[in-house]
Amino acid sequence: MIRFEDVSVTYDGAAEPAVRGVDFEVPEGELVLLVGPSGVGKSTVLGAVSGLVPHFTGGTLRGRVTVAGRDTRTHKPRELADVVGTVGQDPLSHFVTDTVEDELAYGMESLGIAPDVMRRRVEETLDLLGLAGLRDRPIATLSGGQQQRVAIGSVLTPHPRALVLDEPTSALDPAAAEEVLAVLQRLVHDLGTTVLMAEHRLERVVQYADRVALLPAPGAPPVLGTPAEMMAVSPVYPPVVDLGRLAGWSPLPLTVRDARRRSGPLRETLAAHTPSHQGPAPKGRGEPRAQPHPTRTPRRTDAPELSPAPTPSLLRRLVRRTRPVPDAPSLSAHPAVVDALSIEHGRVRALHHLTLTVTPGETIALMGRNGAGKSTLLSALVGLLEPAAGSVRVGGAVPHRTAPADLVRRVGLVPQEPRDLLYADTVAAECAAADRDAGAGPGTCRALVSGLLPGIADDTHPRDLSEGQRLTLALAVVLTARPPLVLLDEPTRGLDYAAKSRLVATLRTLAADGHAIVLATHDVELAAELADRVVILADGEIVADGPTHEVVVGSPSFAPQVTKILAPQKWLTTTQVRRALRRAAP
Amino acid sequence: MPSRVHPLAWWFWALGLATAASRTTNPLLLALLIAVAGYVVATHRTDAPWARSYTAFVKLGLAVLLIRLAFAVVLGSPIPGTHTLLTLPEVPLPDWARGIRLGGRVTAEGFLFALYDGLRLAALLICVGAANALANPARLLKSLPGALYEAGVAVVVAMTFAPHLVADVRRLRAARRLRGRPDRGVRGLLHVGLPVLEGALERSVALAAAMDSRGYGRTAEVPAPVRRTTAALTLGGLLGVCAGTYGVLTAAGSTYGLPVLLAGVAAALTGLRLGGRRSPRTRYRPEVWGVRAWLVAGSGMAVAVLLILSAAYDPAALHPTVVPLTAPALPLWPAAAILLGLLPTFVVPAPGPLFEEPS
Repeated sequence: MIRFEDVSVTYDGAAEPAVRGVDFEVPEGELVLLVGPSGVGKSTVLGAVSGLVPHFTGGTLRGRVTVAGRDTRTHKPRELADVVGTVGQDPLSHFVTDTVEDELAYGMESLGIAPDVMRRRVEETLDLLGLAGLRDRPIATLSGGQQQRVAIGSVLTPHPRALVLDEPTSALDPAAAEEVLAVLQRLVHDLGTTVLMAEHRLERVVQYADRVALLPAPGAPPVLGTPAEMMAVSPVYPPVVDLGRLAGWSPLPLTVRDARRRSGPLRETLAAHTPSHQGPAPKGRGEPRAQPHPTRTPRRTDAPELSPAPTPSLLRRLVRRTRPVPDAPSLSAHPAVVDALSIEHGRVRALHHLTLTVTPGETIALMGRNGAGKSTLLSALVGLLEPAAGSVRVGGAVPHRTAPADLVRRVGLVPQEPRDLLYADTVAAECAAADRDAGAGPGTCRALVSGLLPGIADDTHPRDLSEGQRLTLALAVVLTARPPLVLLDEPTRGLDYAAKSRLVATLRTLAADGHAIVLATHDVELAAELADRVVILADGEIVADGPTHEVVVGSPSFAPQVTKILAPQKWLTTTQVRRALRRAAP
Repeated sequence: MPSRVHPLAWWFWALGLATAASRTTNPLLLALLIAVAGYVVATHRTDAPWARSYTAFVKLGLAVLLIRLAFAVVLGSPIPGTHTLLTLPEVPLPDWARGIRLGGRVTAEGFLFALYDGLRLAALLICVGAANALANPARLLKSLPGALYEAGVAVVVAMTFAPHLVADVRRLRAARRLRGRPDRGVRGLLHVGLPVLEGALERSVALAAAMDSRGYGRTAEVPAPVRRTTAALTLGGLLGVCAGTYGVLTAAGSTYGLPVLLAGVAAALTGLRLGGRRSPRTRYRPEVWGVRAWLVAGSGMAVAVLLILSAAYDPAALHPTVVPLTAPALPLWPAAAILLGLLPTFVVPAPGPLFEEPS
């Protein structure tokens, strides 16, 4: 169906090809998953199928890509529209019209399909994707999962023979991702649609793939095989595979069910041990807390030598608050106290009577579906929103009444799109501006950047950094003012596993140095890895608040894979299991 | 969707009401018109974003009314009056500004006249707002002839882009605060200009890629003779239109002007129609002009015609005098005619709640 014959793509101005030696075939009716670390050219391979590479992006394509027998060299994307449907990561940039029904019909209108056929197909697609109740809705009012389903539906109506999806679930919460994956599953199994898909969140998708095409490194040719074979050698893998590799299971399990069936002996071995629930760095935190607890005294019982995080010592020296600025809030206070906070967006109540206290050095994961109020809470903590009732105190100050220059020394937020924080043309200029904004000594930010991201040249444009590097740069900018409270909104969106583990190491170091960290995230694996405490929000209210291992274990949607495999034992991450096994058999 | 009426029908209805409003200054009739338009909007608009514009139009109408009154109070009114409401201190103006007055006596007559006049303007605006709320502008553009299709797409894309731009500006201004810079004031706004433009540009490129890969701009093979005929007809038609217009406007060409103009228009239209053959696109669920559309459009038009007629028949009832001061009476027949504008509430079923199935 889709055939690559020794394809290499070189973009204009690039010395090296973005991908080379791509030579494989996706047979009809298969779901092939394209995996690999960030920046290996997954999007380029996908773009070559729809003809957008090179017709739209420019560059040189060598070799041959054929889709249903049509050569993409001689066919422009619009002439392939009836055989390939393409959906990107951001469905909003895909929509041409404003209501669901019109969007489904748009592609067919362009292809000149007869009106009665169009009508029938729209109805069929509405049913197939479970969108019938939404047909007249303006697209802007839909949730993320619904929008992604509409985007898929809009390319399905012309009945393409192949579907190309670039990270369809990366931006979605677990439930919305399930919605989208269920639809894909149905398309492949009931309709025999051929699907080629790239996705970072392997734990969500790898079990659905018939085959996996692995792009191991930039410029390396892809390797094709069954998911289990590929996961055994892949540099990116989900936690279930990590556990399987650790336990030496063969073939590797890809689903929680497979892993659970084989995990009997492992569970017996582990039964003698208790997971070190104080998180990866034992800090004596994580006991259940009652809310509110104003009398709780902050603990600084960190034992840095126990921290397993590979700590860049330079970073630690830089971030540690050895010399408190006279007017900076002292560490003894709670970095943030939220009391009975309510916030309204227009008539919608975004947060309702929410109470939360953040103690120094603790890492809190805010979880909950899209629209539950996670970002609203973070915005309130940095004073972007004014409380309708209740109060917020950050380092003793009321955030929305505090001058920005003063506030940055109490709290820092890395927004969902880290690029929003970056204005300058070069990393060096960005760092100089950050020093000025924060009133820090010249070179403070640059030293942080070098600590977090070794090997970034001064004259690099922030736009040319990878997703993970940009996030780290934004984090460094925020840390320049040394805020005791660091907030991150969806930090792992678009990060591969390597970038994620670097982020985890960085954040652990910060926590060990007494920074309180609050992350809003959909990523259950990240929360399990990093957080001492999980707060689950629903409809603007706290529905669960407690130590990570207690909150996530009982929840089907928030439990990490390792927990599901080893239940009823309370293990959260492969790291914990690995440490326990090492202790067991020295 | 049974409740869908051709968007043009709603526009005809609303413009009919607006025409009626322009024919009278009777505050009771105007209030009745506003009430009729408001009632139909309240029962028939959906929760869609464009439907929310009605409130904006109502506010605009109110603002116009208030401005009209403020002018009448401050600048005085040409209406002679004897009932003084209040006397403002008058600003003495130099000789060259003779005829202009600032401050001074405010009479009940002048005030009332301004009120009636302002009310008429407000009613006009509210009628246009009603059309906006009831007819999806995107659907209206879709019922344009095929040659104008591209323009319709551009407008729809622009309409979805504007909210994105506003959201971007807000987000980036917030980000300035996170950097410890002031997030208010003009400088803050200027500073985010470039990133906002950058974001908009990136979005446009992404949208263009999406449209391209969904078949936008596909062309069909057209035989060469048809292509040539199209070109000839379009060019000839445009020349004809130019020559015809010249003829109509100059005294000498009054004999040949009109026929040439008409022939030119016909040729150009045929050219456009033939040109549409190059595009293979079809239309999904084109709007149907059915019985309901006739009734909706007809009711609006009937209101307009009846008020025009009664304005000719009994102008006094439609324009109550302010000198001498009299309480306006409600003329029976024109009021009944305006109530015809309620016909859509009976013939068009109300739309169901848009958010019936939250999932």
